[in-house]
Amino acid sequence: MSLKTLIKKLDFMAECRKYGLGFWQCPNSLFLMMGIIIIVAMIATYFIGIRLLDPEVVIATVCVVTIVLLIIGHSLVNSFARVAEANRMKSEFVSIVSHQLRTPLSALKWSLDLLRSKRLGEINQKQKEYLDIINESGIKMIKLVNDLLNVNRIEEGRFVIIPKLFSLSATIEELVNELKLMAQAQHIELVFENHPKDTDVYADEEKIRMVIQNLIDNAIKYSKKDGGRVEITIDKEKDKFIKVSVKDNGVGIPAMVQKEVFGKFFRGDNLVKQKVDGTGLGLFIARGIVRISGGDVNFESKENVGSNFWFTLPIPNKKLIKNSGQKT
Amino acid sequence: MEKRILFVEDEPSLQKAISEVLVQEGYKVLKAADGEEGLKAAQTEKPDLILLDLILPKKDGFEVLKDLKADEKTKNIPVIVLTNLEGIGDVEKALSLGATTYLVKTNYELEDVLKTVKAQLKE
Repeated sequence: MSLKTLIKKLDFMAECRKYGLGFWQCPNSLFLMMGIIIIVAMIATYFIGIRLLDPEVVIATVCVVTIVLLIIGHSLVNSFARVAEANRMKSEFVSIVSHQLRTPLSALKWSLDLLRSKRLGEINQKQKEYLDIINESGIKMIKLVNDLLNVNRIEEGRFVIIPKLFSLSATIEELVNELKLMAQAQHIELVFENHPKDTDVYADEEKIRMVIQNLIDNAIKYSKKDGGRVEITIDKEKDKFIKVSVKDNGVGIPAMVQKEVFGKFFRGDNLVKQKVDGTGLGLFIARGIVRISGGDVNFESKENVGSNFWFTLPIPNKKLIKNSGQKT
Repeated sequence: MEKRILFVEDEPSLQKAISEVLVQEGYKVLKAADGEEGLKAAQTEKPDLILLDLILPKKDGFEVLKDLKADEKTKNIPVIVLTNLEGIGDVEKALSLGATTYLVKTNYELEDVLKTVKAQLKE
C-alpha cells in the first residue's frame, strides 16, 4: 500500500494526464526537465573548467545551456496557458451539459408527477411501484445535475449567496424534525439539545441549510446501523464565530484518506462497499458555501469511533446590518 | 368567470404536462411557443396570469418581461418565471424586472407549481 502511494507521488504527470496534456505541454514535466538540465550542465561545466582550463569552451557551454533553458522556459509559460484553457473548457462543458440535461429532466419529472398524481386515471399497485422507481431515479439525476452546477459555480467563483439575518437553531430544529423519522427507521438517534440563546447569523439561509443537511445526512449514512447516535451542537468561539458541530459514533474516516474528504467525488470506502447513495460532491460544495459566507469547515475522525464535522460562521454585527439596509 | 393563464414555453412536453393540470383545475390555458408570440398574446388576450420561460426563441424571457412591464395594458399582469436558468444574477434580474415569483423547473413538483399559480390568482 505504501509503495503504491510512493509511486503515485512520483507520477509527476498525473495532474496533466487528467487534462489530456502531453509531456511537452505539462508544466510539471517541463520543470523537472529544466532541473535535470541545470544540474547536468553545472557538473559538466565544472569538469570542463578544471580539466581544460580553457575559458572559451566554458563560456560556449554556458551559452548553449542558457539557450536550451530559455526554450524550455518559453514552453513552460505556454503550458500554463494550456492548463488554464483545459480547466476552463472542462467547467464550460459541465455547465452546458448540466443545463441541457435539465430540460429533459424537468419534462420527465413533470410527466411522472402527472401520472403519479392519478390525475390521468387510477394506476394499479404494480404500476405505482415502477413509477416510484423512475421517480426516485429522476430525483437522483436532478440532484447530481444540481450538485455539478454548484461545483462549477464554486470553482469559477460565480456562486451567489443572498444573505439575511436568521436563527441557526431554528433552521437546525426544522431540519432535525424532518430527518428524525428517516434516522429512527435506521435505529439512529438524532439529538439537538444544547445551544446558546442567540444563534443569529447573517448568511444565505437556504444554502446554509443545505450544508447542515449534508453533514447530518453523512453522519446518518456513516453511523452504526444499530445504536447509532448523531448529535448536533452549537457553540460560540471567542465571540467571533458561531460553530455548528455534527458528531456521530459511526465508522469514522481512516487517517489515510482524511486529506481527500473535501475533494470532488470523494466517497468513503465503506460507503462504496455498502452501496450507499451519494454523489461525493456534498462536502466540496459545503466547504465552498461556508467559505464564501466567511467561515470554514473541518472535522476530526477516528476509525471505528466516529467523526465530528463542524463549520463556523462569523457572528454578525447586527447594528451594522440594520444600518446598511437588510436585503430580504 | 374562468381565469385565463398564458404559458410561454418552447418545450412542447413541458407545456403539455402543465396545461393538463391547469385545465383540470378549471383554468383556461393559452399557449405561446416563443417570446414574440407570447408578448403578442399577452397584449391581445390580457390573461390573468403569465407563466414565462426565460430561454425562448426569437425574444428571450427577460426581454418579454421588460416589454410586458413597459406596456400600460400588460404591466399589472402577474408573471411567474418558470425556468431552468439559475445562473449569477438571473433570479435578481427577473425579480427586479417585475416577475412575481421565480421557480426553477427541476426543483419543483408539478403540484407545487399549481399551488403557486392558485395562490397568485386568489389575491
